[in-house]
Formats: sequence, structure tokens, C-alpha cells
Amino acid sequence: MELFWQQILAGIATGAIYACMALAVVMIYQAIDHLNFAQGEMAMFSTFIAFQLMLWGLPYWVAFLITLVVSFIGGVLVDRVIFKPIHDAPILSHVVVFIALLAILNSTAGFIWDFTVKSFPSPFGSAPLFGSSLISAHQAGMISVTLLLLVFLFVFFRYTRIGLSMRAAAANPASARLVGVRVGWMNALGWGMAAAIGAIAGILIAPVVFLEPNMMISILLYGFAGAVLGGLTSPAGAVLGGFMVGVVENLAGTFIPVIGGELKLPIALMLIVAVLVFKPSGLMGRTVVQRV
Amino acid sequence: MSMLLEVKGLVAGYGGIPALHGVDFSLEEGGVTTLLGANGAGKTTTLRALCGMIRARGDANFAGKRLIGMQTEDIVRLGIAHVPEGRGTFTRMSVEENLQLGAMTRRNGADIKQDIERVYDHFPRLRQRRMQQAGTLSGGEQQMLAIGRALMLRPRLMLLDEPSFGLAPLVVREMFDILGGLNRNEKVSMLLVEQNASLALSLADTAYLLETGRIVTSGPAAQIREDEGVRRSYLGY
Repeated sequence: MELFWQQILAGIATGAIYACMALAVVMIYQAIDHLNFAQGEMAMFSTFIAFQLMLWGLPYWVAFLITLVVSFIGGVLVDRVIFKPIHDAPILSHVVVFIALLAILNSTAGFIWDFTVKSFPSPFGSAPLFGSSLISAHQAGMISVTLLLLVFLFVFFRYTRIGLSMRAAAANPASARLVGVRVGWMNALGWGMAAAIGAIAGILIAPVVFLEPNMMISILLYGFAGAVLGGLTSPAGAVLGGFMVGVVENLAGTFIPVIGGELKLPIALMLIVAVLVFKPSGLMGRTVVQRV
Repeated sequence: MSMLLEVKGLVAGYGGIPALHGVDFSLEEGGVTTLLGANGAGKTTTLRALCGMIRARGDANFAGKRLIGMQTEDIVRLGIAHVPEGRGTFTRMSVEENLQLGAMTRRNGADIKQDIERVYDHFPRLRQRRMQQAGTLSGGEQQMLAIGRALMLRPRLMLLDEPSFGLAPLVVREMFDILGGLNRNEKVSMLLVEQNASLALSLADTAYLLETGRIVTSGPAAQIREDEGVRRSYLGY
């Protein structure tokens, strides 16, 4: 029984990271209607920036904050410089740009910091939490940081004018323009926030999976699975989906003998396929009806 | 009286096919002008061109500012509130959030709160439903919300696109009484597009008749209403 609870908690802890990635994916999906395939590489690159800042001797939390700011600016720039000019281009152009971005970030990181696996510090330490074997301090830290982030985002979107404008821009761009919302800048803000959320996810997961240019590839897949499961139009759903994917993956890996550690990833992919077949709008998403 | 809006040679269209072939009209400060015409005459296109939702050529001056080529977001900041066809409601947000969005270009929080109360005074039914999702309102209530949202801008000019569309006759009457009151008491100028010509002419002081992207007739609303020939050939009643 203890193993069961341990695995649930571990699932929630990694699920927290998937939830962050899913949230980042949903924010950009809301802004430009496409999945950002480069989301994982953006997060990885941010994590390397944090790594470099710490290498230069900055304390952990200072490096953490600077990384968030740099990632935010980077996200805004990606939107303004790359995606704004091709806003009306066909979907395939977007996909190609995403893949280009992915390849560029991946190989640039490899070029600067090389492909060897590096360890990354945890601010919470890896000791068991309160001496209990159920959950480690770092896992508890991942969960709390994610929950804090969620509360912050909830308050931001619910109670601030700029949050309201961002929701309006995502829900109905034409009407949002008619009340004076600068929709283009709201999209850029969405990109910036998504990049910063991705940076948090990367920095939190790096102590677990170790730092290297390919660290986020499978994590992004889980993030996609979480976003699709929860509904691509619902931030809350994406978070819930992220946590669920984490728990399901962990339990299946532990208790279904055939699956083990190696076959965990296909579970995420099977989840995506199953959701798309049986409930394409996801658990909490809304069905989009397009007028023609 | 000075002209608030002057439009000359307005040309606009969709995907390279022009829907307006040089439209001229003007609107007095404090007045209600209506554009009449059949389906496809270019009424909605004119409104969309004026607030930068589609690209246009020609001249359109609002209080001395050239509108053509400006972004929608900036045109709104001049005090032009567009109540679009289909109402443009943010369906998943509450009534109150919709109204707050209407004041997005304004800064003073206390003023905004006061204006929300004023909109509720005009439309008491919206006050009852303030926390309800806007998408669950009836058609008439959504139209009230759209007008209320436009008022939150404290507009100098309202562009109204088919405010009677899809509403029961009694609700339409109520809606036009409210619009008339707003024009008289709050001095909001209005450019009204309507299929229902007799209704529009009862509110407007000036009328223009559009046919396939051109103005064919214009004059004081009372005169257009009495003109037997115009009525038979264009207005169909």
C-alpha cells in the first residue's frame, strides 16, 4: 500500500511539470490556434540560461528570477519577430517555423553547452520530506511551486484588467479589437508568459531528468497529452490533465508488469489518441463551433 | 451644425472584390443618420470599413482625424463604439465582465464603476443577470448588453449594425426607445444600419439609400419616408 501512495505522490510531482508544460501549450494555443512544438526546447534553453547564471556565481533564486525575465522577453520577441508577420499564413507555415525553432534552439544549446549530461541543483534538496519515505523534498517543492503558479495565474486572469483583456483577445479577437484591446500585444504577452512558465517547468524538472539539450522532448509529449486530455481551450483543464497524465503514467509503469519503465511514453501517446477519438474537446474544453 | 463624420469616395471590399464603389455621406454632431438598403447593398461593409475591420480607400474624417488606415484599436480610442452585427458578445464571460471590457481604454476605476451602474439603470434586466454568462442571455438581452458595452466607452459616435435583428417586435420597440433616449439625453451621435426601414426612419434625422455599393438617394428622414417612389422601389413597404 505504501508503494501505491508513493507512486501516486511521485506521479503528482512529475504531473506538476507536465501541468506547467500543458499550461504553456494552452496559452499559446489560445493566442495563435496551433500547438507550439518548440515549447519544450524553449524551456530547455531557459534552463540552460539558469545553469549558466549559476555557473557565473549567482545565487539560485536570483538566477531563477533573471531566467524568468529573460524567457518572458524571449517569448515576446519570438511572437513579434517570427509569428506576427506570418499570422495569416497557412497552418503548414506555422508548423515549419515551430520545427525550425525547435532545431535551432536544440543545436544552439548543444553548440554552447555541448550535449553531455549535466546535473542541476535543487533548491529544496533531495532528502525525504520530514523524514518520510513517501515523497522527497524536491518533489514536494515541484508541487508547491506549480500550485503557487496556478493561484497566481487564476488571480491574474480573473481579477486584473490585463488578464481580462487577454481572455477577451483569445475568446473573440474581432470583438476584443472593437473595445480597444490591442490583440497583437495580448498574443505577445501570452507568448512571454508561456515561455516563463516553460522556464519554471524546465528548472524544476532538470534536477530529476538532468540537464541536456534533449531533456524536454518526452516531457513536452506528456505536456501535450495533458493539454489534450484536459482540453486545449481550458487552462484549468490543462493543469488537471497534466496531473492525471503524471499519475496514470507512474501507476501504469509500476503496477502493470508489461509496461515497466520503458513503455511509459506510449501511454501518453495512447491517451492523446483515445481522447481525440472519444472526446476531442477534452475533459474541460469547449466544443468549438465554427460558422461558415 | 458641424459635421462629426465626413465620408468621401469610400471604396472597400472583400478579397479584391469591391463591395463599395465610392460612398459619400456625412453625419452631424448629435444626429442620427441611417444607411438603408437591401441585403448586399454595402451597409455593413461601410461600418466595417469605418472602424478599420477591413481595408478601405477614400476619405473618412472623424472630428478632424483621418480614419482610413488607422487600426481598429486606435479608432476605438477616438470615441467610436461599434455594435457589430451579431452583437459580438463575449459569450463565456459574465455580463459585468463584458461591460468592463467596454471600458478597456479608460483608466479611472471609480468612473467605470459608476458607468456600469448607469448601464444597469438603462437596462435593469442586465443588473439582475450581472454574474450570468453572457452566452446564456436571450437575444434581446444580448443586444442590450452590446449597446451597454458600447456606452462604457463614453462614445461620441455609435455605429449600430442591425440592432433589431432577430428580436421580437415588442423588444425592438423598447430597444429603439432606449436608443432615442440615449441620443437625446446623452448626446451620442449614431450611425444606424437597418433592414427595417420604417423603424430606422422613425429614429433618424438623416437617411442615405445604398444600392450595390453606391448612395442613390439621400435627404432628411421625414422626406425620405414620405417619398412615394423611393419607398416603393427601395424600401418595399
